[in-house]
Amino acid sequence: MSEKHVSEIRAHFTLQLESFALDATFSAPVVGVTALFGPSGSGKTTLLRCIAGLERAAGSLYMNGEVWQDDTIFMPTHRRPLGYVFQEASLFPHLSVRANLEYGFKRIPPSERRVPLEQVVEWLGLERLIERGDPAKLSGGERQRVAIGRALLTSPRLLLMDEPLAALDTNSKQDILPYLERLHRELNIPVLYVSHALDEVARLADHLVLLQQGRVIASGALGETLARLDLPTAHLDDAGAVIMAAVAQHDEAYHLTRLDFSGGSLWVGQVKQPPGSRVRARVLARDVSIATVMPHGSSITNILNARIAEIRDEGPDKVMVRLMLSESHVLLSRITRRSRDLLNLTVGMDVFAQIKSVALMS
Amino acid sequence: MATLDPADLHAVWLTLKLASVTTCLLLLIATPLAWWLAHSRKWYKGPVAAVVALPLVLPPTVLGFYLLLLMGPHGAVGELTTALGLGRLPFTFYGLVIGSVFFSMPFAVQPIQNAFEAIGRRPLEVAATLRAGAWDRFVSVALPLARPGFLTAIILAFAHTVGEFGVVLMLGGNIPGETRVLSVAIYSHVEAMEYGAAHFLAGGMVLFSFVVLLGLYLAGGKLSKVTR
Amino acid sequence: MKSFKLSPWSLMGALLATMAQAANAGEVNAAVAANFTEPVKQIVELFQKESGHTVKLSFGSSGKFTSQIKEGAPFDVLLAADEKNPKMLEQEGLAVEGSRFVYALGKLVLWSAQPGYVDDKGTVLGKGSYNKLAIADPKLAPYGFAAQETLQKLELWDKVQSKLVTGESITQAYQFAATGNAELAFIALSQITKDGKVTEGSWWIVPAHMYSPIKQSAVQLTAAKDKAAAQAFLAFLKGEKAVAIIRSFGYELP
Repeated sequence: MSEKHVSEIRAHFTLQLESFALDATFSAPVVGVTALFGPSGSGKTTLLRCIAGLERAAGSLYMNGEVWQDDTIFMPTHRRPLGYVFQEASLFPHLSVRANLEYGFKRIPPSERRVPLEQVVEWLGLERLIERGDPAKLSGGERQRVAIGRALLTSPRLLLMDEPLAALDTNSKQDILPYLERLHRELNIPVLYVSHALDEVARLADHLVLLQQGRVIASGALGETLARLDLPTAHLDDAGAVIMAAVAQHDEAYHLTRLDFSGGSLWVGQVKQPPGSRVRARVLARDVSIATVMPHGSSITNILNARIAEIRDEGPDKVMVRLMLSESHVLLSRITRRSRDLLNLTVGMDVFAQIKSVALMS
Repeated sequence: MATLDPADLHAVWLTLKLASVTTCLLLLIATPLAWWLAHSRKWYKGPVAAVVALPLVLPPTVLGFYLLLLMGPHGAVGELTTALGLGRLPFTFYGLVIGSVFFSMPFAVQPIQNAFEAIGRRPLEVAATLRAGAWDRFVSVALPLARPGFLTAIILAFAHTVGEFGVVLMLGGNIPGETRVLSVAIYSHVEAMEYGAAHFLAGGMVLFSFVVLLGLYLAGGKLSKVTR
Repeated sequence: MKSFKLSPWSLMGALLATMAQAANAGEVNAAVAANFTEPVKQIVELFQKESGHTVKLSFGSSGKFTSQIKEGAPFDVLLAADEKNPKMLEQEGLAVEGSRFVYALGKLVLWSAQPGYVDDKGTVLGKGSYNKLAIADPKLAPYGFAAQETLQKLELWDKVQSKLVTGESITQAYQFAATGNAELAFIALSQITKDGKVTEGSWWIVPAHMYSPIKQSAVQLTAAKDKAAAQAFLAFLKGEKAVAIIRSFGYELP
């Protein structure tokens, strides 16, 4: 258990609280965003607090080979080089916006300041906010951006985010998501992101740790894990697959863009990114239908060759089908049990996947 | 109009000195105590809180009598102070200070404790994730956020010490310039039926207290507006 | 099943009956100077047994009682520690004229809680080996005034100023000395006398010529001038049995 793994975040915690018990073990890569995903009450936030040292659980935590906690060591929170973004922005009400931003920045030695203030201000679009005195006058989304900036300014080696969007209304969420995506692209520090919203996870995460009743039930790369029919994530209403693709071609006449990936191509509404850019597309299982012959005279643009890899019953009337587009690309399709029987669908069959809509995540 | 004799003037000065020294000492003692009461989950937190609140229900003369016994030559505190070469505390200014500190303790502890409790754990946790150590968190977050509580504590402790009578009467011995504070002076005048001097002092005390309280409340209002 | 119940009405009836009976027997509200607490308790016990009247006692300072009586406090008799206050009440028509009499002469004593500390001539006062000398406030308490007179007669008044601690009453002066916080105190002999004997510490009974007599005076208040029980109580106080008790506590009589 006390084995140290270099280039990895490795955590094991047990904690008995009044209402539930946490007994979680997971590891995560030190690059990209790892989502801690699960229904409310599954222990995501508690796990994050254990990692921050805010909750004193038994267990161990190794960060890139460095011991933050084990049987003998417990590094207090303020000594852990991490940033923490709480669900509510929790800006200090007695400090100005600027003083809030500088609070942590001032507390690290100048030699360790790897992120300059101007950089964070630019990333998060804080130029106009920083001159405002009273943080109470900011909107919810603005406050959360300041809170994220405040955490980043401590030049953390690990960023912990506890549902930073959950307390925001839809507009504020839309306002802040582009900033988070930008951070995802530009920051080269690992992020642990707690969420119970699948669309946020599909959009931001690279890696997924699935929690249920205080235990880790699965973890792995985002695409693979979302496509596993043995996990509850595949049976949520908005279950679906995430496809990493590259911008291939813009069709100016029809205002469309073609995305290429190893399993084929997808046409989506025109995007701004130049050809060659990496983008992330999300295809919901309910938007994918299956045909045994190549459909003719269909309005659907995106029809891909696929092979049925797995079929699983989902309630009395529906089944979930996992379709392989290539070695590494998967689609999920939710169809009726009747369709499965009429078309006589079986594992191993080659079929056509018709995609009604594609959501471009970035 | 009665004239103010020098002894009464001295009593006024002594009262202000007693209230100021007591308030300063109380802040030093009450702040860590209130912090502990606000955050501890120990089983003995309840009993400690009850002991702190005791002066609220005990008649001051009872408290004064016990202090007189404790600080006297046969009391534990008296033996200690004598052994330390400090002499005995009853009938001295510092004896009164100690009595007042005990007596006004709940008035200082409770507002500060409430303020600390109202802050909650979140701002302190945020500060910890921003590299602030325990003392730093206390100074840079807890203290400024608890300012209204401190202001209330200062007002109450000061005012309560100015108005204190029972403990002073028991411990003081009514020595002019040393332990003869305003409330005792007023009492003596009333008992001696020197109503003129009594009215003069009592009226002055009412006026002074009103001005101090009003000033502090106004300042408090302004301060809280700035921090909001 | 029928249960017997005590109704609130029957309870109240019983209570009223008891009260009425008490009223017939007579009830006296007496305000008594604090130094006379113990003797008056014994006297009242005897008086109640013999007369069937009841006496309710309040203890405090004579000055405070006088102020309260002026403001209409419902007392029937006042047993003061001095002569001045009852006289004043008489002059203002608040006390029954001619009812005033001296029921005891207070005796001043210099006392220490430590045995052997006070010699029988009081020379310890002049030695200055003590830290604190407790007296009652001379302005407020007759025993305090007597203490001041004594010290002046001994030509020590100015010398002891720095050692003087003042209690609002002789009760407090006694507390200061009993707790050892003051080595010496001028108090009333009655405070340390029990059954005619002084039992604790050391003392010097100050000779009567060193201070003006402490004429503890009683008076019947005008509001109770028709109250037979009040008159009976004052008469009893002058009687042989009461006087014996008073003497046993170290008081003299004129």
